[in-house]
This record gives sequence, structure tokens and C-alpha cells, in this order.
Amino acid sequence: MKKSVLTGIVLIALAAWAGYWYGNRHGPRPPAVAARSTADTLAIARQGAGIAADSLPSGAGSGKVITVTAGHSIQDAVLKAQPGDTVQIMPGRYSETVYIDKDGIALVGVIRGGDWPTLDGEGKRNDAVLYSGNGIRVENLKIVNYKGNAIMGQAGNNFVIRHNWIANAGVYGIFPEFAQNGLIEYNTLTGIEDAAIYVGMSDNIEVAHNEVHGNVAGIEAENSRHVIIEHNLAYDNAGGILTFITPGLPIKTAFDVVIRGNFVVANNHKNFGAPGSIVSGVPSGTGIIVMAADDVIIENNLIRDNKNAGIIVSDHKSFANITPDPESDPNPDRVQVLRNLFADNGTDPIKEIKALMLAALTREGPDLVAVGGGSGSCVADRDAIKWLGIGSWSSCSRTDTHDISTYLLDKPAPPRVLSAEDRGKLVYSSVCAGCHAYNVRMIGPPTQILQVLYAGNPQGIADYIAHPVKKRDDFPPMPPQAHLSSDLRLAVAKYMLSLK
Amino acid sequence: MRLRLPAWIYAALICAPAQAGSWRLSEQCPPSFEKRDSRCFLHSNYQQYASLTGAGVGGLKTGLPPLRDGFTPQQIDLGRYLFFDPVLSANGRLACVSCHVPSQGFSDHRVHSIGIDGRAVRRNAPSLWNAGFLKRFFWDGRAHSLEEQAQGPLYNAAEMGNRPEALLKTLNGIPAYRELFAQAFPAAGSAARAPIAAAQVYQALAAFEASLISLNSRYDFYAQGVADALTPHELEGLNIFRSFVARCAECHTPPLFTNQQIAVIGMPEPRGQPFDPGAGPPSGEPLLRGGFKVPSLRNAALTAPYGHGGQFATLRETVAFYTGGRGHAVPAGEHLQLHWHIWEPRLSPTELDRLVDFIGALTDQSFLPTPPAALPSGLPLPPESKRDGESS
Ligand code: HEC
Ligand code: HEC
Ligand code: HEC
Repeated sequence: MKKSVLTGIVLIALAAWAGYWYGNRHGPRPPAVAARSTADTLAIARQGAGIAADSLPSGAGSGKVITVTAGHSIQDAVLKAQPGDTVQIMPGRYSETVYIDKDGIALVGVIRGGDWPTLDGEGKRNDAVLYSGNGIRVENLKIVNYKGNAIMGQAGNNFVIRHNWIANAGVYGIFPEFAQNGLIEYNTLTGIEDAAIYVGMSDNIEVAHNEVHGNVAGIEAENSRHVIIEHNLAYDNAGGILTFITPGLPIKTAFDVVIRGNFVVANNHKNFGAPGSIVSGVPSGTGIIVMAADDVIIENNLIRDNKNAGIIVSDHKSFANITPDPESDPNPDRVQVLRNLFADNGTDPIKEIKALMLAALTREGPDLVAVGGGSGSCVADRDAIKWLGIGSWSSCSRTDTHDISTYLLDKPAPPRVLSAEDRGKLVYSSVCAGCHAYNVRMIGPPTQILQVLYAGNPQGIADYIAHPVKKRDDFPPMPPQAHLSSDLRLAVAKYMLSLK
Repeated sequence: MRLRLPAWIYAALICAPAQAGSWRLSEQCPPSFEKRDSRCFLHSNYQQYASLTGAGVGGLKTGLPPLRDGFTPQQIDLGRYLFFDPVLSANGRLACVSCHVPSQGFSDHRVHSIGIDGRAVRRNAPSLWNAGFLKRFFWDGRAHSLEEQAQGPLYNAAEMGNRPEALLKTLNGIPAYRELFAQAFPAAGSAARAPIAAAQVYQALAAFEASLISLNSRYDFYAQGVADALTPHELEGLNIFRSFVARCAECHTPPLFTNQQIAVIGMPEPRGQPFDPGAGPPSGEPLLRGGFKVPSLRNAALTAPYGHGGQFATLRETVAFYTGGRGHAVPAGEHLQLHWHIWEPRLSPTELDRLVDFIGALTDQSFLPTPPAALPSGLPLPPESKRDGESS
């Protein structure tokens, strides 16, 4: 009896403590949104380390914070959010595909005591996050078990993707495509069957301080210009860091790519890329590959223990699975390999490289090997490294890349919003003008006549076009435009009345 | 063996030889075009967006590739008459419109189109909507301008079966056309009224084709920020379409829903047809054997059957091709270097349905051109000319 009372008291105390402890860790708290807005994060990255965050105007708090807890849908919050708002995602499991087709939305996870908000594709969902808006930020999310991508952007500019933990999330982990001006930093990615971080057909992108391991390719910049890949750790992939011109894509060039200060170590993972994919042609054991890209600078990387080769510079012809494209230049030109630390690369090269070694009468696998065409390339301190195929390369006149501090834009890529008047004009010229000409009869009556009919009454037009009724015997019926929102109908009505 | 009719049959066919002088070309630009300095220039919302390297590919809000605009309203209108007029064919029976039927998305509903001698041609007729944005023409991409393209059907024995001299002789023999060409090409016409030149025929056809703009589907409203323009099923379809599992948007890239590249994807021929090597022969690139130009999917819901050979009767079957296994339809003995985006996406039946729903949201024929009331040749309008949804 006594004993059980005691037990009861102890239990109550324990429960109270646990409640306190749990409440502290998981209970309602003031929003924990990362204090830095997307624009500020980009500005800081542009100006480099050493800038105090609080010396910049903070964009955080410019919008609402919408909090999502486990069991609720992130997508619903995104649909409610307005540009400038933050969707704050509390720890817990979420199984959905989130798409963001508007501007200025931040998707920010809250991590509590090691508990992450986790998007789980359960091996059946395609992508975790798809976005097309400008100024999107994705931060603090754990993303696992998707089939397509963890985070994919199509033509979303001025983005920030940082501090995400991505595992087994499909073909690409982080994949901005057709994007201008964006930052990918402090993410960790593993188990991706193509490139963990893949910058595709984009401009002005920085990829920094990420960890990529156990993927087919660690980081890849393909058909992209003005890209800096720096201070990343790429280990245990089949290939560490790649920059390619892949033929057959609609954007044909790749140039001004800086690969510096990365740790590119022991990328000897078996290549598990899908049959026929371009990366399935990446020989396991390769640190860095430049295929056909121009004006690539490789500086101050630590390139160690990559058993095939430290760096391969290749043209299209020498690469597997490549269908030539007369519109893209197959040769890597003006590649500059500056000082890098090379150690223990090329211990077990593929047979094509062995053949080159044989021809060069060496038994040392290469730190740096160039195959196929290309011109204007250079290397610093060639005597320090084991090389093949760079006999025609000059010695670099450039010694470092201090002059290239950033490729992010000083002014962000321009906004893509329409004013109300523009929207009216858009609908008029794209829809109404197909049937209403200003002063001649087309399929519908001339606009001039409708202006008289509806003088000073735009709302009348807005209402009519939603549900047109038959008015004239000598005209066909007008198709309803109810799929246009009421705002849009009013905007077009005003525009129609203002037309001269 | 080409069928060419003697001149007297033409005379008999031409019921009401049109009076020169009673023909006037429009001075108005077609819908979507603004008139500046007496020429027509596209006005589209997409023009206020940029596209990287000007390639006109990207996401929802991405600029278009350059359009062949800047023709005069008269040139466009002349092209319209020519497009509908069977006088362009050797026997006066087949017009461009016979195979590119406006109410059917400017395609026809045949597996392979039928040429003047009643026999099927080699391939399926593609849509002509937004053709003015393209930089290569035909399924195998072998022509590089609309003008170059037009000479294909005109002079191909299996299609319109004409010859350049015969075509010019016919056109120059029709007073109404002399009048109309003089209006469309005034500098060349001057007082002496120079005869109609072949280049003018091609240019007028190009001007008309480049005026066929379809950029106002419900998808386009969604892309411009009208959030409720798509149904939930279509939105689901959009997300599957652009996902990296299905990868449709990697080749059928917005805003035109083609990236205009040649891709070897291994779509089959209709049963019993020989393998079509596509872009292999014209490009001279053996690895492009079996490659075809990525077609735009705008208005695809209207243009069944599908594929270069018209082998798929429905969109659902076409879309299912992509999940049938990489290379599953490549004939035995053919070694094609298939495109890397062709893989094993394992799309579910529901996902395939949603993709079809989404493609349906790309339909927009709001700017169908008006068929001419009568043709300058006096020939009857081909039955395919009728504009859908128009009461007359
Ligand atoms: C497909 C052709 C078509 C399109 C597109 C179209 N209209 Fe019409 N519109 C007509 C026809 C035909 C009529 C005449 C209907 C009647 O009299 O029964 C008409 C009539 C009207 C009227 C006259 C109503 C009245 O009270 O007499 C207005 C106003 C009008 N349209 C506005 C618009 C606006 C604004 C748009 C663009 C959002 C538009 N229309 C798009 C064909 C069209
Ligand atoms: C007999 C039916 C037929 C006639 C008549 C015809 N076409 Fe075609 N058209 C086709 C077929 C079939 C193709 C595809 C052929 C190929 O790719 O080899 C095609 C392709 C085209 C293309 C290329 C479109 C693209 O996206 O590549 C254009 C443009 C075109 N035709 C315009 C015309 C014009 C202009 C005329 C009249 C001068 C015309 N066609 C007459 C059947 C026809
Ligand atoms: C590798 C590039 C590529 C990818 C990825 C791709 N397509 Fe295609 N698509 C093509 C090519 C090339 C053709 C023409 C092939 C032929 O006719 O042989 C085509 C044809 C089509 C057609 C027939 C169009 C017509 O007018 O006949 C449809 C519909 C289509 N694709 C839909 C899709 C869908 C849906 C997806 C995603 C599941 C997809 N495509 C993925 C390249 C691609």
C-alpha cells in the first residue's frame, strides 16, 4: 500500500518532469523561423563570409508565418501562402509532393532536439518539392525515399536551398533547372542514383559547403554558365564533381565554372546509375570530370584516393553513351588546372586509361588525364603531378581565383509579376481579340460597339462574359469565360473599355 | 506517275473565274498580333519573361523562342488563301488544308496522310499550331525554315505532286492571284506587275503558318498565375509531367512543350510498316538513327493518332509507351542509342490517366483562322476547311 503510494508520487513527479521536458522540446513555442530571408541569404553569400548578418536589412518577418504540424498538409499551407510568407514545418513525418508555383515562398523546417520534419516519399511518390516561382527557399528538411528528386526547380530564379538532409531520394537530390541566381549550401546527400546536386541548364549558381557521398555523382553542373562549386566534401561516389556539356539539350553551352577548395576523396563507389543514363558512363573511381565544358578552373582542391583518376578532361567522342549534337561544341577548351593537392589517385584505372599509360610508358595512374580534342588548356606545376595526355597544355598564367569572389548576381533576376492593367491586356489580346476586333466585325461584335453598350460599366462586362447569354441572331454564342477569376474578368473589362 | 490535269479541265473546274480587282487582302493582323509599321508582331504575355540563353525553354514563366513574325497582314492573308486552295496541287484536288485540318488541330485523323494519288504518304501529319517558333521541320528535322519545308509537300509526288514551273504557270494564269500577290508584295509588283515568283508563294505560306498561335490554353492561365485554371486532376498531371520520374518536361519543355531537339526514343511503327530511320539519314549521324524531333504537345488532344507513324490511336496508348520499358518497341536487329531520359519510370495506370488529363489542358484553338469565303482559283473549298464551332 505504502509502496504503491510512493510509486504513485514518483510517477506523478516523473510525469510532470517529463511533461515539462517534452513541452520544452516539442511544445508550442514562438515561431522558430530562420531569421534570414532568401534575399539576405543570397546577399550574404555574394559578399562572402565575414559579413555580419545583422548588418543587412532583414527580410524575415516581411510576411506571415504559417505553421504546419505533422498530420497536416504542407501543400495546403503553400496554397494559402502569399509571396513573402514562410511555411514553417514542425518536426514529424509528412508524405506528400509539395509544389510551389508562386513567388517568394520559404519552406523552412524546425528541428527540435534532433527531430527533423521529414518528407517521406515511401518509395512511391515522385518528388518531394517542385517549384517554379522566383525567390523560393527550402531549408531544414529531411527528405527520404522519393523516386524522382528531393528538390527540383524549373525556371525558379533567386533561390536558396540550404541545410537539408537528403537520403535515397531518387534520381537527383537537389536539381535546379533553367534557373538563374541561386545558392545551394550546407546540405548533406546520399544514395542518389544520378547526381546528388545537379545544376542543369542554369546560370549564376553557387554550390558550397555540402557533403555528398554514396551517390553515382556527387555534384554536377551541366550545360550551365557561371557556376562556383566550392568547399564541398565529395567522397565515396562513383564520380565526385562533374561539369559537362551534354549534347542534345536545348541549352548548348557550359563555361566559367570554378571548382575550388573541395575535398574530393575516395570516390570509388560502384556506379549504380540507370542503364543508358549519361552518368552510367562515369568510370567509378574518378574525382573530377570535365566533359566538353569551357573555361573551367580547378583550384585548391584536395583530390585523394580516387582509384581511376584524379581529374579527367574529356571530349564527347571519348565518353560513353554520348550521341553527338552538331549544335554543341564537343571539345573542352581553356581548362585551367591550378594548384591542387593530389595523392594516391589512379591506383586502379580503367582499361582506356591503362592503354594511355602503356603508350606513355608509365605505370603510374594519373592525377590528371586529358583525352580527345580541346585547346587552350593549362596546368600549374605539372612536374608535381602524375599526368597523361596534357603534353600540349601550357603552364597557367593565372595563379589563383581571388578575383572571382562570386557569380551570384548583384541585382536578382527580375520579378515576373503582372500589374492589374497588364493582366487585363493579357487576357484581352490573348483571348478576346481572337473574336473581337476594334472596329470590324470578326466572330463577335466590334469592341467599339461594346464600349458604347457598356460605357462606365466594366462590372457589367465582367458578369456577362462569365455566363454569356445569346443576344444577337446574326452572331454565334460567345463561349463562357468563367474559368477566369472575377478579378481577371474585371481587369479585362476595364481594358476593353479603355481601348482606343 | 504524277497526275497532271490539262488546262481545259482547270477551266471547267473553275466555276466562277474570279474578277481581278474584286479581291482585297486584309489590312488587319490576325489575333495575338499587333500592327506596327504595317507589319504584324506577336503580342503574348510570355514575351515579358526571359529565357536562359534565349532558348525559349524552361518552366511556367519562361519566354518563347524567337517567332518568325514581322510579315504584313496582306502576306499573311495571301498565305491563308494559298493554304486552303487545292490549285497548288498537280490535279487541283489537294490543298495544304486537306491534311492539316483546322478543326483537327491542323493535323488529320489518319495514321498516314493521303496524297493526291490516293495513296498514303510515309508519315503522320503534324499539327501546325505555333510552327513559326520552330527551327526545324518535319519529323526528322530535315528542313530548316517554313519556306524550305513548303517545297516538300508541294513537289513531293506522293503529296501534292506539283512542279515549280507548273505551279507558277497555274498561279500566273489566275488574274485574282496576280492581283493578290501584287497587294502582298507591292515592291515586286509595281506598274508592270511582275509575274508571281516561287519564293513569294513560300513566303506567303510561311507568313500564314507563323500566324497560327495557340498560347491561351487553361494551362497558360495557370502558368500566368491564375491558380484555379486547372482541375485537380490536371494539376496532378502537371506534377507528374514535370517530375523526374516521368521526365516529360525534359523533352516536351514549356512554354512550347517541345525542346526542339532530335531524340531517339524508340517509338514503334504501325504494324507491318518498315522501320523508319528518322533523322539518321538526313543528319548523316549514325547515332541519330531512329531519332525524331520532339513534337509540341499543344493541342495534342485534337490530333490523334500519334507518333511519326501514327501508330498510337489514343493519347493514353502514347503515354503508356513511356512506361513499357526502355527499348521495348525497338525491332529486333536494330541497335539504337536511346535517349538517356528514356528509362523505367513505372508509371501507374492512374498516373497515365492524369498525364492524359494534363495534356488535355494544353488545348487552345481560340484563334482558328477564318476559312476564305471563296478561293481565288474559283475551285471549291476542300471539305476539311470548315471551322469547328462556327455556325454558318
Ligand atoms: C470565341 C469567340 C469569342 C471570344 C474568345 C470572346 N467573345 Fe465576346 N462575344 C462573342 C460573340 C459571338 C458575341 C455575341 C454574342 C451574342 O450577341 O449572342 C460576343 C459578345 C460579347 C459582348 C457583348 C455582350 C452584350 O451584352 O451584347 C461582350 C461585352 C464581350 N463579348 C466581351 C468579351 C470579352 C471581354 C472577351 C474576352 C475575355 C470575349 N468577349 C471573348 C465571341 C467571343
Ligand atoms: C498529303 C497530306 C499533306 C499535305 C497536302 C500537306 N502536308 Fe504538310 N505534312 C504532312 C505530313 C505527313 C507531314 C510530316 C512529313 C514528315 O515529317 O516527313 C507534314 C509536315 C508539315 C510541316 C512540318 C511541321 C513540323 O512540325 O515539322 C509543315 C510546316 C507543313 N507540313 C506544312 C504544309 C503546307 C504549307 C502544305 C501545303 C503547301 C502542306 N503541309 C501540305 C502532310 C501533308
Ligand atoms: C527523350 C525525350 C522525350 C521524353 C522524355 C518524352 N518524350 Fe514524348 N516524344 C518525344 C519524341 C522524340 C516524340 C516523337 C517520337 C516518334 O514519333 O517516334 C514524342 C512523342 C510524344 C507524343 C506524340 C505526339 C504527337 O503529336 O504525335 C506524346 C503524346 C508524348 N510524346 C508525350 C510524352 C509524355 C506524356 C512523356 C512523359 C511520360 C514524354 N512524352 C516524354 C520525346 C520525348
